[in-house]
Parts: sequence; C-alpha cells; structure tokens
Amino acid sequence: MDKQVIVETKDLTKSYDGAVVVDHLNLSIAENEVFGLLGPNGAGKTTTILMLLGLTEPASGAARVCGFNPTKEPLKVKRVAGYMPEKVGFYDNLTARKNLDIIAELNNISYDESQRQIDRLLNAVGLGKVADMAVGKFSRGMKQRLGIADVLIKKPKLAILDEPTAGLDPEGINQTLDLLASLPQTGTTVIMSSHRLYEVQRICHSIGILSKGKLVVAGSLDQLGRDALTDGRYRIEVETARLTPDLIETIKKLSGITHVEADGNHLSISADSDLRTEIAKIVVQSDIPLVEMKIHEFSLDDIYMKYFQEGQ
Amino acid sequence: MRAIFRKELADYFGSFRFLVLLVLVLLITAATLYFDYKSIRTSTADTEFIFLRLFTTQPEGAPQTEGINLFSFINFFALFFIPIMGIALGFDAISGERSSGNLSRLLSQPIYRDNVIIAKFLAGLFALSLMVITSVLIISGYGLQLIGVPPSLEEIYRLVLFVVLAIFYGAFWMGLAVLFSTVFKRVSTSLMSSLGIWLFFGLFYVLLIAPAIANSLAPTASGTLEAVVHNLELGLSIKRFSPNFLFLEASGVLLQPPPVGSLLGAVPVVTSDLINWMIPAPLSLGQTLLLVWPHLTSLLSLTIVCFAVGYVVFMRQEIRAT
Repeated sequence: MDKQVIVETKDLTKSYDGAVVVDHLNLSIAENEVFGLLGPNGAGKTTTILMLLGLTEPASGAARVCGFNPTKEPLKVKRVAGYMPEKVGFYDNLTARKNLDIIAELNNISYDESQRQIDRLLNAVGLGKVADMAVGKFSRGMKQRLGIADVLIKKPKLAILDEPTAGLDPEGINQTLDLLASLPQTGTTVIMSSHRLYEVQRICHSIGILSKGKLVVAGSLDQLGRDALTDGRYRIEVETARLTPDLIETIKKLSGITHVEADGNHLSISADSDLRTEIAKIVVQSDIPLVEMKIHEFSLDDIYMKYFQEGQ
Repeated sequence: MRAIFRKELADYFGSFRFLVLLVLVLLITAATLYFDYKSIRTSTADTEFIFLRLFTTQPEGAPQTEGINLFSFINFFALFFIPIMGIALGFDAISGERSSGNLSRLLSQPIYRDNVIIAKFLAGLFALSLMVITSVLIISGYGLQLIGVPPSLEEIYRLVLFVVLAIFYGAFWMGLAVLFSTVFKRVSTSLMSSLGIWLFFGLFYVLLIAPAIANSLAPTASGTLEAVVHNLELGLSIKRFSPNFLFLEASGVLLQPPPVGSLLGAVPVVTSDLINWMIPAPLSLGQTLLLVWPHLTSLLSLTIVCFAVGYVVFMRQEIRAT
C-alpha cells in the first residue's frame, strides 16, 4: 500500500484571537482515495481545509498540496484542487449553466470543452433538466449538487468538499456518495468533512478525527476498527426474561469480565474476550430464559466516540 | 480578470438597479431641459458660454440654501445623483459575494484575489462613466435643439473636463462603498454606512457643521471686515474637506467660469460697488484648469485612499464560508 502522498501538513497551526483552532496538525493523505475528515463542531476542520487551499494563512507550520505550498503558491494549488464550501453559494440571477461557465472561464477551459463538461456533470449530479433555470429558484439540496459539479468542472486532482451531503434528501445523499466514491478511479482524490459517520464509513478509505484542533487519530478505516476492537472491550448484550441480583453477581465473578450494567431485563457486559458461551451457560443454569444475546461490533460511531471522548 | 469584469458588467446591465438608475438619469435630464427651456430663452444676460448654461441654469424661485440650488443640473449631480450611483454600484461588491456564499467559491479558483476587487471596481466605474456621459450627451443634444447655439470649442473642453471630474467624483463614492463592503460582513451595514457618510457630507457638513466650526473659531462679533473675511475663509477651507463641496466648487468653475477678479480660493466677498468696476470677462480655460486642479487631484487621491484601504483589507481578510 505504498501510495503517493498528495496532502501533507507539518505542525500546521492557526489561532484566532489567541484561541488555537488548529494545533500542530500533522496530516498525510494518500493519492486516489477518499479521505474523511471528522470531528465535532469547532474542531478546526474548515480552518484546516482553508489553509490547505491557501485561503487562510497558517500561524506556523506548513502544508504541501499536490507538491505545492498553498501559502506561497496558492494559484498553483487552486489550479489542481477544487473546493466546495460548507454553505455553497452561486449567482442567484444566473442559470446553473452560466454559473459553471464562469468558473470554467476562470480556469481557462475552452468554451467547447466546458460545454461538454457542464452537460456531463449536470447530468451526473442529477441537474440535467434544470440546467437553464436560475439558481435562485434552486433548493438547498440542488445547490449542493451544483456545488459538486462546480468543483469537478476543472477536473481537479484533489477535490475538497466541506459537508457535501448537508441538506440533501436520502436519495441525493446516495447519489452524491456514489459519485464521490467513483472519483478516485478517474484520478481525483477526495477529502470530505462530515458529521454523518455512516456516510464516511460507506465511502472513505481513510479518516482523520480532529478534536480541538488536534488530530486525535488517523489511518485507514479497517486498521482503526481493528485497533479499537483489540484495544480491549468486547461488548456483549444480553436480554433475559427477568433478572435477579444473583445472576448479575455470578456473571460478574466470571474471569475476564470487567463491567456489567443492568437496565431492566437488559445486561450490557464488557469483557476482555468473547465470553458468550460462558455467559449463556450461567444464564441457563440459573433457570432464567435467555431471550437474546449478541456481541457488539465496533462501528465508526464507536471509534469516533471513543477518540472524541479521549480528546476531551 | 476579464472574465470577472465581463460578468460584473453583464450583471449591472441586466439588473433592476441599473434600470432604476437609468430612469433617474432620464428624469434628471428631462427636468434640466425643462428648466433650460423656461429660463435660457428668456434670459438676456451675458452671452458668454450659453451652451454651458444648459447645465447650470436653475429654475427661478427654486429654494436656495446657502447659495446651493438643489435643482440645477450640476448641484443635483453633486449632491444626489453621483453619490447614489457610486454607492449603488459599489455597496455590495464584496459583502454581496460573501453573504451569498460566492466569495469562497470564487477565491478557490486559480485567480489572484486582487483581480476580483479590481475587476469589480472597474466594471462599476465603467457603468458609472456610461451613465454620466449619457446624461451629459442627452442634455447637450436636446439642448442644442432647444437653444440653437452650438457649443464653442472651449465649451466642449470644459464639458469634457466636467465629465472627467464627475467620473472621479463618482469613483470616490464607489471606492467608499467598496471599502465598506469589504469591511462590513453584511450588505445592509455596508449600504447604511455609505449612505450615512453621504448624508453627512451632502447635507450636514457643508450646511451646518462647517459654518458652526468657522463661527466658533473665528467669531464675527466684532463686525470688522477682516473678521468676516477670516470667518468666510476658514469656513471655505473646512467645507473643502467634503468631497461634495470639492466637486461642486470645481464643477462650478468649469461650467460657470467666474469673472476675473472674484477668484476662487479667494473669498468671494465682493461688495456691490466693486462688481460695477469688474470687467465681466470669464476666466480662461487654462486659468480654470489651474484653479480646479487641486480639486481634481484631491478627489482622485480620496478615491485612491478609499480603494487602497478596501483593497488591503480585502487582501488580508479571512475568507470563511460563513
């Protein structure tokens, strides 16, 4: 898995009015993958993105994007990187096509080429039928889709999308995610920030979690999942017909059990290893009908919550 | 930069705002021509620069405040039309882009940031020049039919100079509006600030504040001629801080050349018996130019200062999505 690195930051730091927003961030993103930038509100995701594009100057540290320093060579970065801001806006009085025309012109794309691109992209994001409608009449979701077409028109090597699925309906989210997931095949690396973990889990190859300006964890999704699991806890959920204090006590005595939590007829057990058979035996021996037992698999949710809590 | 310039210009010409301004231009020219029609034909006064009088004639009996007649073409131009036009063309230059969420998208394209603000300013200036020239040409054209006296070469020079002066003056207001549009994040704040400055300089400063300062610094209680002269001189200098006054004074000299003797800069304290002695020869073009040169450069430098501050603020500004 020796991939070319397309984005690299070194001790990237930014502060506003004395408050450090991005704190010595060291990030490395490989080429041709979908990278998910996660983190709670105010973690510094947008600021990081702005620094990568040279729209904001870092207080210290440096970044390299596609081999250029965005602070010193912003134009070179902007030529190869596309950016969709969180609240994307367009010229409301112009049509979708005209809006894209302007961007194509600013990128020195010839008229014939841009017209072909615009038609293709508008269809790809599902706006083919409203290409000649004024953007002012668009819904938020439609603008969001247009924003994605807007980023892709310059055929970027790197597409940075800030909350690309915010405001979309479920179908729109699916379409958008499929489109984004297909981009690495055509040579576009995608960086997306999002709050919606399942989206990130679905299409991202790697993630980085930011909290209070620091990179809490980064790596490929598989790797992180394994790490989170081996880190200890198997969580076993047990549901019985009824619960007695005796039963809880007996389970607690089982070697390898670290924590037992009872809620009604529901037991939540933390263990060092998969103790399902042992627990089942105890429950059955105590003459209490066992309704359900399952082992909890770690999802991105857990990875996120775990590191986010650690970050606090 | 060409792409943005073209887009901005297309925006202006297609916008409702431009239409409103254009209607305003037509109304002003129509009113001016009407007053011209009523007064010039009946007037038998000095025959010098009749053509220019198309632009300076004021309706008889119209209210006057401190010698400023609100209804003559140049005064209306100075006080209302050009400032409003400059502000209307500039107040949302940057803040509009910002509040619509366009700014960060635009700036993530491979263009220099200064190109955005320069292209916007130039496009506004172009639209403004077009309207000023249009209104002057309309009045000239219809006025020619009306009075039947063709303009002399000198009158044409003077008119061209007036147009240049008016464009500079408009550029100042636009520069100010662009400055506010970069400093303030919200479009309405930017607009209100520009309008506030305009009201201040257009009405309060020249009419109330400048005389008040002059009176308190140089009281005329003693009643001597020196005291009065000193008071007037001081008042004039203070008034010249107002761009409106600068324009008014300069355009007055250009279009209504004062007779030699009542030089601008010196206080026009001309007693009635002196007037009888003065030869009613208007100031020559060269001399006029010398007189308005400081005004022209002041307006230009004010414009540059406003635009430069706006430019620097914009270049250093954080571009956040929200």
